[in-house]
Amino acid sequence: MSEKLFEPRIIGFLCNWCTYAAADTAGVSRMKQPANIDVIRVMCSGRVDPTFILKAFREGADGVLVAGCHPGDCHYTEGNYKTLRRMTLLHQILEQMGIDRRRFRLEWVSSSEAPKWVQLTQEFTDQVRALGPLNWSGTVLAGLPTAAEHVCAQEVAE
Amino acid sequence: MAKLIIDGQEFHAEEGQTVLEVARQNGIAIPTLCYHPVLEPFGACRLCMVEVIRRGWSQLVTSCTYPARDGIEVKTRSVLVLEARKAVLGLLLSRCPNVPEIQELAREYGVLEPPFPAKDPEEECILCGLCVRVCHEMVKADVLNFVGHGPDRRVGPAFLEKTRQCIGCGACTIVCPTGAIEMLLSREGIYFDEDYAVYEEKPLGPTSAIYVPSLQAVPRVPVIDTDACIRFRQDDRTEGEVNDACGACQILCEGGAVNFDQQDEVLELDVGSIIVATGFQMWDPHQLPQYAYGQSPNIITGLEFERLSNAGGVTGGQILLSDGRKPEKVAIIHCVGSRDKNAHEYCSRICCMYSLKQAHLVRDKTGAEVYEFYMDMRAFGKGYEEFYERVQEEGVVMVRGRGAEVEVLPDGKLRVKGEDADLGKLLAVDVDMVVLNTAIEAQADATQVAALFGLGRTQDGWFAEAHPKLRPVETNTDGIYLAGVCQGPRDVPDTVAHANAAASMALGLLNRGEVVVSPQVAYIPEELCSGCRICNALCPYSAITFDEERQVSQVNSALCKGCGTCVAACPSGIIVGRHFTDDQIMVQIEALLEPAR
Repeated sequence: MSEKLFEPRIIGFLCNWCTYAAADTAGVSRMKQPANIDVIRVMCSGRVDPTFILKAFREGADGVLVAGCHPGDCHYTEGNYKTLRRMTLLHQILEQMGIDRRRFRLEWVSSSEAPKWVQLTQEFTDQVRALGPLNWSGTVLAGLPTAAEHVCAQEVAE
Repeated sequence: MAKLIIDGQEFHAEEGQTVLEVARQNGIAIPTLCYHPVLEPFGACRLCMVEVIRRGWSQLVTSCTYPARDGIEVKTRSVLVLEARKAVLGLLLSRCPNVPEIQELAREYGVLEPPFPAKDPEEECILCGLCVRVCHEMVKADVLNFVGHGPDRRVGPAFLEKTRQCIGCGACTIVCPTGAIEMLLSREGIYFDEDYAVYEEKPLGPTSAIYVPSLQAVPRVPVIDTDACIRFRQDDRTEGEVNDACGACQILCEGGAVNFDQQDEVLELDVGSIIVATGFQMWDPHQLPQYAYGQSPNIITGLEFERLSNAGGVTGGQILLSDGRKPEKVAIIHCVGSRDKNAHEYCSRICCMYSLKQAHLVRDKTGAEVYEFYMDMRAFGKGYEEFYERVQEEGVVMVRGRGAEVEVLPDGKLRVKGEDADLGKLLAVDVDMVVLNTAIEAQADATQVAALFGLGRTQDGWFAEAHPKLRPVETNTDGIYLAGVCQGPRDVPDTVAHANAAASMALGLLNRGEVVVSPQVAYIPEELCSGCRICNALCPYSAITFDEERQVSQVNSALCKGCGTCVAACPSGIIVGRHFTDDQIMVQIEALLEPAR
């Protein structure tokens, strides 16, 4: 049992026009890719609310991937710039919460880059596998001080 | 209007016409050497002499200068006229005994030998002044003039010195009736030397400055090459000071269709749909030096072969080597730049079949041995396999294996090396001509075109269709369709089918009259909106406006494309991204991770 490799669960938010199409092409082309990534299609990476990512981690995901069109190539002109802004902030929040920043990735994969998609999924899966399970309740929740502890700590300090 | 009689027939003449013009207009031949319809008549060669009977008096006049007066009678072939012409031709032949044009005319009038010994048997100039007049009147360069007096009179630039005034237009060589002026080809640009000057070499034979681009040109009308046209060049040179140089084409065009003032126009049109059909360009074989392209004139690309073999081309359709010989052996190399990791990885798709056609043409026109170096023969279309069989039966040698290298041998022959995969042997063939059938690739400016229309591109650079199997002409931008090779390599039948499909898609959209808008749009419940206006600036389509009166933001669902950027950004979380609502996505996340919990 202990010999068995840990298989991470990863949620991928893919934009309809670029990365989702790339993943589709990879599938149609019968390219081999890890089955660890479950895909949720959104029209634009700009639709991805940071709470989706937090939600995914809380529900048991070990890694989250957001992928969209290359900067300048957005089907909606500039949605992916908004994504970039939000996800940069999110990275900092994740660290504060005790989630390794390597568990979350923002990538640009155009519809023609099926091989890049395959390479990305392989790489990211390996990365998350090496990090091991996230164990939300064990690491994230345990790391946060409870309300009582918080009050105690303040009292001690005084 | 004047009435006159020429050789017993009555003709009408327009105001200002000369006797020569009226005669020629009515099919009466009068020989000339110094006459040109667009130049002022000069009366130098004296060949156009006719007998004019006016008020009972008869006299010999030059018909090119004599006005077509009312009531005169003209005889173009009377004894007097013929004797006079004979005398003139005797003198011309004595001056230039070795000019074929004069020899021929002289023979026609019974002058078989020059009556006087020639001063210089190599003399070709008859001092007709056509070149001087064309240079002055049309080109307005005034380079050529008469120099010297009496027996020393000749034509040349001032002081017979080289001059930069010459623009190398070649007009003098064209009008010269005896071929006394020669153009020199020079790579150093325009200069004037003692044999008179120059223009740059053109790759497949010279054309004039106004020409029909090709026999198949659509529309089939001539174009003016403004870099070569005397009028435009003189305009450039004198910064518009001389703005009426030449114009011969305009003078000669009976329909009045030549307009030098036409400018490129930028049109702004409102359209309902756009078909992008920007095509392809040929890949440059210089990029793979092993094929030695450019090292021998007999190494040509497939497209150059087509020009060579075209009946409207420089050789009149004959397949010839650069020295004018017929080739005895020809190698045709497939996949130059296609299916090659060092160039393009894709198959260009059209080359196999046109290579076979070219092999057939070489066999048919020259009987030369043909070697086809191919990797795989992709004879995929209707009737293609049968054509492949036919070409094989014509005796074309098929070598299965990529032509690897072309070497130019010291004697000018070309050695093609490759592997015959069927025999498992390396092979070298010495041939006279190599045809490199090069890849086709996306246009160099495809990036800009893609950005202009919001098109995606595949890794190879071709424009991306909406779906590789199910939506091959649509793009991800509504109303923009693709036709032809800009979307990927395809041959003529496939291009026609693709283009027809694009046209029907476009017409279908226009005919519908109303546009179906995607229901995937954002919606703001007004009662929940706090009026913070954060979403307003985020929308790339300006679909969100702020209602000042009610202090809420509103989405115009006709403008909204449904990207959802505003939905994710709403700090109150109240914007609904229809079909991609927060709840829907949250449930998806939960469902996907269900077993892990």
